[in-house]
Parts: sequence; structure tokens; C-alpha cells
Amino acid sequence: MSSQDHHEESFISKYIFSQDHKWIGIQYGFTSLIFLLFGFTLMMIMRWQLAYPDTVIPFIGGLFENGMLSPDMYNSFGAMHGTIMIFLGVVPMVVGAFGNYLVPLQIGAPDMAFPKLNMASYWTYLAGGVVMIYSFFVPGGAANSGWTSYPPLSDIATTGQTIWLFGMIFLITSSLLGSMNIIVTIVQLRVEGLTWDRLPFFVWAQFVTSFLLVLAFPPLEAAGVLQLMDRLVGTSFFLPSGLVVGGEVLNVSGGGSPLLWQHLFWFLAHPEVYVLVLPAMGVVAEIIANNTRKPLWGYKSIVFATVWLGFMSFIVWAHHMFITGMGQAMSIFFQTTTMIISIPSVIILSALFITLWGGRIRFNTPMLFALSFLPMFGIGGLTGLPLGLAPTDIHLHDTYYVIGHFHYVVAPGTIFAIFAGIYFWFPKITGKKLNEGLGKVHFFFSLIFMNGIFMPMFIQGLAGVSRRLADGGTSYAHAAGVLHWNEFMSMSAWLLGLAQIPFIINFFMTIFKKIDGVADPNPWQSTTIEWTDTTSPPLGHGNFETAPVVHRGPYEYSVEGASEDFIPQTKK
Amino acid sequence: MQIPYNEELRPDTGLYNAKLGIWIFLASEIMLFGGLFSAYIMLRVGAPVWPPLGTAELNIPMATFNTVVLITSSVTMVMAWASLKMNNFAKFKMYMGLTLLFSAIFLVVKYFEYSAKLSHGFTPAHDTFLAIYYTMTGLHVLHIIGGMIVNGYLWLPGSKMWETNPERFTNRVEVSGLYWHFVDLVWIFLFPSLYLL
Repeated sequence: MSSQDHHEESFISKYIFSQDHKWIGIQYGFTSLIFLLFGFTLMMIMRWQLAYPDTVIPFIGGLFENGMLSPDMYNSFGAMHGTIMIFLGVVPMVVGAFGNYLVPLQIGAPDMAFPKLNMASYWTYLAGGVVMIYSFFVPGGAANSGWTSYPPLSDIATTGQTIWLFGMIFLITSSLLGSMNIIVTIVQLRVEGLTWDRLPFFVWAQFVTSFLLVLAFPPLEAAGVLQLMDRLVGTSFFLPSGLVVGGEVLNVSGGGSPLLWQHLFWFLAHPEVYVLVLPAMGVVAEIIANNTRKPLWGYKSIVFATVWLGFMSFIVWAHHMFITGMGQAMSIFFQTTTMIISIPSVIILSALFITLWGGRIRFNTPMLFALSFLPMFGIGGLTGLPLGLAPTDIHLHDTYYVIGHFHYVVAPGTIFAIFAGIYFWFPKITGKKLNEGLGKVHFFFSLIFMNGIFMPMFIQGLAGVSRRLADGGTSYAHAAGVLHWNEFMSMSAWLLGLAQIPFIINFFMTIFKKIDGVADPNPWQSTTIEWTDTTSPPLGHGNFETAPVVHRGPYEYSVEGASEDFIPQTKK
Repeated sequence: MQIPYNEELRPDTGLYNAKLGIWIFLASEIMLFGGLFSAYIMLRVGAPVWPPLGTAELNIPMATFNTVVLITSSVTMVMAWASLKMNNFAKFKMYMGLTLLFSAIFLVVKYFEYSAKLSHGFTPAHDTFLAIYYTMTGLHVLHIIGGMIVNGYLWLPGSKMWETNPERFTNRVEVSGLYWHFVDLVWIFLFPSLYLL
């Protein structure tokens, strides 16, 4: 357990094929930030087409045929934006980077339970990413049937779809390896005294998230295999009999069901929403407790709500399918479960709000991002209710309203939590705090422009503008009254891109900044083990000089009679 | 740096790390095959007649023989692990060898089954019944091959660990055995659903 057997590691085993959970976490984090930027860039290009349909794109127009984004490429970019943001950006960030780096540190473990699997999980993820990027260069371009890949369209789409499926199989394998590892680590490697009711909430969130990944992803893998069979071997799992394509009946045996894909896909993709949100809630809870200098309000109810949320997330999937004609009985069942699952989310959010009450709040950059997560996620969650009820969903289905709803959950929601986490744990990784001034510029502009992009989508969606139109609705009469918002949203998107520049400057400036003497191992005066029982960063392989022993709960802030306003978990 | 509970059991869970790991992995495998079984049920319920008219008849005697072969291989797998527990390395070698032999027999029989179908034009594209039959049994065959690679490693090069760290080696065989029983179990569900019902 100690760091006695320290030996010099070669550059390759230390930085490239590393088995140290901290370095793998950094690898995950860095790679997913690049993918997030890439996915966002695709969207910034698409927003040109939406604001000024069929005009030449400035600056980078030369990369495209006629300097414009053709409808086919628009579809391709749309599908890949979703895929990249979710499977290559946010999930690897919240689970791969934050989970990997922090879970062993917060539970006092020397590493993950299976360091080699951990390494394999990163490299499988990267391979999946390379395959996805490669798909842009095959004939017909990348996958263009939406990130949901609904058949029969996806069954007859161009080669890019096949590559997409192979890429997904890599990504599913990677997250399977990663989440297995996290579960075993949390169950087996908690240090002495760290009982389940003393776990930091972040660890609980990762625990439930990992179960969702382990159990929900395989059915999508099954569906992926079936779609590959359809595309490569000529089976008809998702092709009904007598399907007409381009005026001719498709020459296949038929007898399949397009709905089958939707069931298997959403069986993954609904729990996936909670995979995106739960770790974000974990990050936000840690930062809010730390910066209000108060214990997390209702720790037990938050934990139970999280576990309940995890269970419920497996039986709400068909609320994505109200208009498929699956029948009234199904709709009633799934809209009921959907209303039930909103309860635990509300419990968690309310508990976080109540934690603020009477706190001595420090408004530093991580706290600002964490605080803005609450109303942003709240807007995202509440606008989801009309989508979860079948009657209202019939009007709103497949409009920009849906896009606005889930982006409020994931973009100003989860991505703000990611930024909060980066600002908060950056000193743990490098020993240096990010610059507060630049951080606040980054925060306020991001907050304004995020809302500038997504708020008008509700307006357009309520007016009935479909989410999949390459011209943004120009050709539809009923969209005319709300079309002027397109330019406003696009401007906001590009300005949001500019607002990330202070962050990038801050990030590299701080990494290369020299500091005098030893870095403070606990700059936020926090209670949890990763801050209190480690030496000054960067940490060596093995994390702890001696295994810590835990004596108390994770959030003992402002305890009466204590000499400081926080008591470390390991203090007797 | 040493990861705790690699060999010894953690007192409050009674497990070593890899054993919990393989159970979690098997849970995800159940969901994978569960997804395919749901697909099978949905296709079957949606079909006007099942199996579809003009489809191939599956060879029940061959599959019955294979069922027996696979169950026997599960028994020899347990014996291999038990031999290690009783400190009898030579017997482990024999039983593990037998397990591999039975797995190979399963694959050979499956090969003859597949080629008999394919030579008569009964390809996966023929109808949805054959499509799901080839997909599910094909994925199962991939699992068999995966298990054979691991067992083959433990039988030959990997067995050197018996001299340096016998406890960990025994655990490895146990974990591989748990996987093998799962593969066996999948077949026990596949056989009646595809061949008999």
C-alpha cells in the first residue's frame, strides 16, 4: 500500500500506456475536451446554414462543395454532433475523467481495482473516437440518420452508418470496462471506516451511474449487432415486408420491425440521460457543500433519491415513442413512470437549493458554475414534463422544443458542472488554481450565450418548427413568425465559441505558470480524503503515503466548537 | 504499489476483486443476450406464422448432442478448479484439457450445422427466423471462442503462475469458470427457444 516499491517508470509506461488512474483520468479529460470542442464546431457550422440558408460559409467555406453545407452534410453533421457530444465528449468526461481521477482518491484507494482494464478502457475509447472521425472520409460521408439511427432509414443509409456502428461497439466496450472497474473499486477498495453512509455524494453518483452503464449499454450493443447484420449480411431485423425505396420494393425478405430498434435504442438511451446528469449532480453537490461551508442538506434523502432514480430510469424509455403507434396502454404506463421519475430529481435539486440557505457562500468560479447548474438543470427538467405526457408530446414531438429541453439538461446543465469540476479540482491535479478573473469572464459570457442559444428553441418548438430541417424552416409557412430567432441563436452560438477562449488561455497559462515553494494540498479547505490526506500535488502512483482511516462523514463544515470551519473525514 | 483484495477476501463483502468484477460483467452479458431474446420475442410475436414458411428445419439431434457436450465441459471446468483447490496440478491440466476438447467438439458440430444450412441456400438473409438464429448462435459461438482463448492461456502459458502465486492462479481459473458456466447457460436457453419451441 505504501509507496516503497517506487521505481523509475519509462516515459511510455508513465505517460502513454499508463496504468495510473490519475493519468488515465487526465488522458480521458484531455481527449474528451477536444471532442467537445470538435462537436461544438460542427454545430457552429450548422448554425450558419440555419441562420443564412444556402449562402457561402465565411472563412472555412473552401472546405465544402460550393462553399455551402449541403442538406446531406447537414444531416451528417447533426448525427455526428449528437454522437460526439454524448459518447465521445460528456460521458468520457464525467465518468472517464472525473470518475477515474476522483473515485479512488475519495475512497482512499491506491488505484482502481483493475489498472490494466482501466488502461484498456481508455484506448478502446480512443479507438472508437478515431473510427468515428474516420467515418467523415468514407464515400457518402459520416452517418446521417440522426444520432438515434432509426431504421429503416439507417438500414439503407450510406457506408458511414456501418462505420458508426463499429465505432459504437468500441465505445460501448470501453464504457463497460470503465464502469465495471468503478463498481468493483467502490465496493472493494474503500478504506477502513469509510462506510456507505460516509461516502461523499460524488462517489454515490458514480456508483449508480456505473450500474446504469453496465446494464443499459448491452441492449444497444445487441441492437447494433442486429443493424450490422441488416447492413452487411442482408437480414431484415428492422425492415418490414414490402418496403418501397426510391419507387421500388426493396429486395429483402422483410418481416422485421423498425420499432424493435427504437425499443432497444431507448432502453439504453434513456438511462444514458441519467448517466449524463448524475455525475454532474455529484460534482455540483461537492462544490456547493464546500463553498457554502455547510453540510449537504438531506444527505440520506439525496442518496436514496439517486438509487431510486437509477432503478426508475430503466422503465421510462418508451416515453420517447408516444407517436409511434405503440398503443394507448403502453403510453399510459410510460407516462406514469415518467411522472414518477421526476420526483427523485426534484428531491436532489431541492436538497441542493436548501443547502444554500444560511450558508456563508464563497462566490468563486467553480461555485458560480455549480450554482448556475441548479436553475439551468431546473429549466431543462421542468420543460421535460410536457414531453413526458403523451397528449402534449404529440404536438411537441420532434420540434425544436425537444432540442431546447435536453440541451438545457446537458449543455448549461452537465457541461457547466464539468467546468465547475475542472475549476475546482484543477489545483488537485496541478497544484495551481486557475485564474479567477478569466474564470469569471468565461462563466458570465457562457451563461448569457448558452441561454441565448437554447431559450428561443422553446419558442420555435411551440410554433411547431421541426428539429431536422436543413434550412431551419425557411420552406415552411408556419415557421415564418419565429424564423428571425435563427440568426439570434446562431450569433449566440458563435459568441459562446468566443467565450471559451478565456478558458483555453487560462488553462494553458496556469499549467505553465511557475509557483514558489510547495503547493497547498487543500486550497479550498475541504473535508474529503482527496484533499486532506494526500501530499502536495502532483501525486505519485499509489496516491497515499499511508492508508487513511476515516472517522466521520464527508461534510463536517462549520461544526460548533471546532477550531476550524471544517473537520477532515480522517480526523478522530 | 499493491492493490488490496486481489487474492485475499475483503472481510465485509467476502469477495476478492476479480470475482465481483466477473459477476458485474456477467450481469452486462445477461443484458446483451436479454436484448437479443427480446428481439427474438418481438419478431416472433409480430410474425404471421412462426417459423416462417419455407424456412430451414434445424437439426435437433445435433443440437441435443451439443447440449450434452457443453454441459460436460462445464463439469470438467469445475473439476479443473477443484483440482487446484486440492493442490493437484496434474489433474488440473487434464480437466482443463478436456474442457478445451469439449469446446472444440461443440464448434465442430456447429460448423457442420451451419454449412449444411448454408449449402442449401438457407442464409441469414432468407427470413427473420434464420436471421435471429444465425445472430444469436453466432454471438454465442464468439463467446465460446473467447472462453477457449482464456482457458487455453490458463492451460498452457498462464499456468506458470501456479509456481509463483498459486492462490491468484486458482482465482483466475474460478473466474474463467464462472464465465464458462454463463456461456453454457446461454446455450441452455438458446436450445429450447430456437430448436424446440
